[in-house]
Amino acid sequence: MTNANRTVQFKIYRYDPDQDAKPYMQDISVELDSTARKLLDAMGKLKAQDDSISFRRACREGGCGSDAMNINGKNGLACLTAMDSFPAGKPIVLRPLPGLPVIRDLIVDMTQFFKQYNSIKPYLINNDPPPERERLQSPEDREELNGLYECILCACCTTSCPSFWWNPDKFVGPAGLLAAYRYIADTRDQAANERLDNLEDPYRLFRCHTIMNCVDVCPKGLNPTKAIGKIKEMMVRRAI
Amino acid sequence: MTYTVRKFDAVIVGAGGAGLRAAIQLSEAGYKTAVLTKVFPTRSHTVAAQGGVAASLGNSEEDHWHWHMYDTVKGSDWLGDQDAIEFMCRKANEVVVELEHYGMPFDRLDNGKIYQRPFGGHMSNFGEKPVRRSCAAADRTGHAMLHAMYQRNVKVNTQFFVEWQALDLVRDAEGDVLGVTAMDMETGEIVVFHAKATIFATGGAGRIYYSSTNAFINTGDGVGMAARAGIPLEDMEFWQFHPTGVAGAGVLITEGVRGEGGILRNSDGERFMERYAPNAKDLASRDVVSRAMTTEINEGRGCGPNKDFVLLDITHLPPETIMKRLPGIHEIGIQFAGVDCLKEPLPVVPTCHYQMGGIPTNYLGQVVVPKGGNQSEPVHGFYAAGECACASVHGANRLGTNSLLDLLVFGKSAGETAVNDLRASVKAHKPLAQEAIARTLARVDRLNNQKDGADVHETRLAMQRTMQKHAGVFRFKDMLAEGVKRIDEIAGQVAQTQIKDKSMVFNTARIEALELDNLIEVAKATIVSANARTESRGAHVRDDAIDTPETPDGRDDRNWLKHTLWYREGNRLDYKPVQMKPMSVDTIELKKRAY
Repeated sequence: MTNANRTVQFKIYRYDPDQDAKPYMQDISVELDSTARKLLDAMGKLKAQDDSISFRRACREGGCGSDAMNINGKNGLACLTAMDSFPAGKPIVLRPLPGLPVIRDLIVDMTQFFKQYNSIKPYLINNDPPPERERLQSPEDREELNGLYECILCACCTTSCPSFWWNPDKFVGPAGLLAAYRYIADTRDQAANERLDNLEDPYRLFRCHTIMNCVDVCPKGLNPTKAIGKIKEMMVRRAI
Repeated sequence: MTYTVRKFDAVIVGAGGAGLRAAIQLSEAGYKTAVLTKVFPTRSHTVAAQGGVAASLGNSEEDHWHWHMYDTVKGSDWLGDQDAIEFMCRKANEVVVELEHYGMPFDRLDNGKIYQRPFGGHMSNFGEKPVRRSCAAADRTGHAMLHAMYQRNVKVNTQFFVEWQALDLVRDAEGDVLGVTAMDMETGEIVVFHAKATIFATGGAGRIYYSSTNAFINTGDGVGMAARAGIPLEDMEFWQFHPTGVAGAGVLITEGVRGEGGILRNSDGERFMERYAPNAKDLASRDVVSRAMTTEINEGRGCGPNKDFVLLDITHLPPETIMKRLPGIHEIGIQFAGVDCLKEPLPVVPTCHYQMGGIPTNYLGQVVVPKGGNQSEPVHGFYAAGECACASVHGANRLGTNSLLDLLVFGKSAGETAVNDLRASVKAHKPLAQEAIARTLARVDRLNNQKDGADVHETRLAMQRTMQKHAGVFRFKDMLAEGVKRIDEIAGQVAQTQIKDKSMVFNTARIEALELDNLIEVAKATIVSANARTESRGAHVRDDAIDTPETPDGRDDRNWLKHTLWYREGNRLDYKPVQMKPMSVDTIELKKRAY
C-alpha cells in the first residue's frame, strides 16, 4: 500500500515550441496522499500545481489509450501504472512515446501511427448483400478474434519497436498488423488474399524481426508478434 | 483575435457512438461533412460501456419490442416520451444487426447468433421475469462498438478534425443554427465551421460530480454550448447513479456482472436486494438498486473499516464463465480494487454515471424548443443525439444497455434527418454575421487576459463536491436550496477563471478552463431543476416527497408528470407535457413502479 502524504520526485520531458528553443528534463516534486494510487492520479496533482505540464488523458481506466507515455524507460499507460510499483527514493522519469514527433511535453503527433493503421483497411470486407439478420459465426470462430479486437490503439507497442523507429513510413508496425490479422481471422471477412497482397512487400510486414518489445509493453496483454507470425505463415503457405 | 471560416454541408461535434453513427449516414450520402472531436474517435467515452446493447432479437428466448418498450417506459418512471421510446425499441434489431454487418465482434451462441444476457429492468411479458436482451461482446461492448463504427467511417472516408475543441454554437438573428466555432488544440487557431446542418453528439457531463464513472473528457460541451446559445435544457435533475462503481476509484463495474449471476451483499453477508425488489432482486433498475445500497450503508450495514461500501459477489460463478464473459471486470478488480473477483467480492458504491436529460430533441434527432405556442418547434439546422440529447427515451431513469441503443438509433436518425433536410434545401449557406461569433472571441479573450482570477482546478473541485453533497442519490429540500446558492457563487468564480499557461500549442490548461464553462451550465441546470421538482421520480428522490395513495413513493403525477426546461437566461424554468401517446400502440398507462 502507498503511504499517506509523501513527496515524490519526477523528471519530466518538457518542450513547448512556443517558448522553448529545445526540449529539457524538468525536476519537479509533488506531495501525494493515499488517494494517488496510479501514476495518472499523481500527474493530475502535478498539473494542479503547474498547469503547463501537458499530457493526454480521458477514461483513466485503461480503455481509451490516451495516456500512453514512456515511464522509466518503458512504454505504458499512466492510468494503469501503480504508484507503489516505483522504487522508492528514485525520481520517476516520464518521456513522450519514442519514435514519433513531439507536439508538446508528453504529447506526440500520432499521424504516422494512424496512417499505418488505416493502410491495412481496418474494416470488414464482405461483398455479399447483407442478410436480414446477423451473419452467423460459431463461438469457436468468434474465439479466434480474442486477443486481437481488444487493441486500444495507444501505440505503446508500435513506438517501442525499433523497426518502426527506422521505417515509420514503410513498416506497418505491430498495432496495424494486429488489426490486419483481426480481419484476416474473421470468418465473416472475404478479403484475406487482398489483405495479404497489401502486406507482401519487404517493409510493410517483413520488417518485423520478432524483437517482441510490443508484447513486453502491451498494457492489454496482447501479443502482436504472434499475430504477425500467423500472417507470415499464411504468406508462406499461399506461396507454395 | 483572428479566425478563419470553413464551409461544410454538415458539421458533427463529437465522435463517440452517436457522432460516428451519424457520420456514416452523412458520408454515405456524399455530403461534405466535418466531424470535430476533442479526442481521437476511439478515445471517446462510448469505449467504456461494458455490458451490452439492448435489442429484442430473441436469440435465447422469446422477446418482443413491445415488452422492451414497456420496460423502458416503466424504467423511465413514466417520464419518457412514449413515441420516441416506441421508435427506439422498434429500431433496435435493425441497428444492432447493422452493427454486426459492420464487423462488430459480438459474442456468439452455439447456433452462431449474437449472444444475449439479462440486464437490470429488462423483463419478458410486460414485467414478468428477467429476459436475455443485452447483446454483448464480452464486457467490452462499448469498445468493440466504438472501434467497429470508427472503422466503418474509415471505410466511407469520413473527414475527421481530431483534437479540435468546439467552443460555441453559431445562431443567426432568426435563431437558425449555422455551425460552430472551434479551436485547433495543436495550434490554438480558431475556425468557424459554417454548415447547413449541425449535429451535436458531445456526450454527457458526469464530471459535474466528484465521484463519477465518467472520463475526464465528459464535460457536457454540447449541453453548455446549447445553453449559452439560448436553447433550454430538458430534465437535467435526472442523473443516474450506477450501483456498482469501484469504491474509491469510481471505475465502472458492469451490471452484466449481476446479469451473469452476481449478488450484492451487505456487511451481514445478506443478499439485501431481496428485501427491496422481491421479484427482480439484483436485476431491479439502477435507481432502485442504488437507493437500496445507499440505505444499507446509511443504516450501518456497509462494509470495510468505514462501513462505506457494499460487496458485489461472483465467487460462486464458475471461473470459466467469469474469464469468458467478464474478463475486463477481472482486470478492473485487480487494477482498481486490488481484488481478484474469482476469489473475493468487489467493493462497490453508487457512482454518478449518466445524464438522462439534455438538449431537447424529437425522435428524428431534431432539436426542439417551445416557440409561438408549439411546445416542440424544430430549430432549423440543429440536431442532437446520444447522451447530450434528451429524446426523451430515458425519462427519470435509464435502463442499462439502452444508452448504446440510444446512440445507435438516434445517431442514425439524426444523420438521416440531416441528409433529408440537406436534400430538400436548395439554398446556399445562410450568411454568417460577425456578431454570431462574438461570444467565442469574448470568452477566449477574457480567459487569456484574466488577472487575479480563480484557479480552474480548485473551482472545478468546489463544483464537484457541492454537486455530490447537495444533489446525490437521496436529495433533501434544505440541501438543494443551499446547493442552488452555492453553485451560483461558484458560477461567479467560473466566469473569472485564470490560467498560467498562455502557450498557443496544445494548451490543455486553456481547454480545461473552457470545458469548465460548459460543466457549470450543466451543474446550474441540474441543481435549479432538482430544487424545483418537489416530487420523487426515478433517479430524483427527495425527503419531502411523501408516500401517499395519491403520490406512491412520492411520485406526484398530477403536478409533475411533465418535462423540465431550464433556460440559462435568468436561470428560468419552464415545463412541457410528456408525450404519453406512442406511434402505433396503446399508451402504457401510469402505474406504481415495483420490481
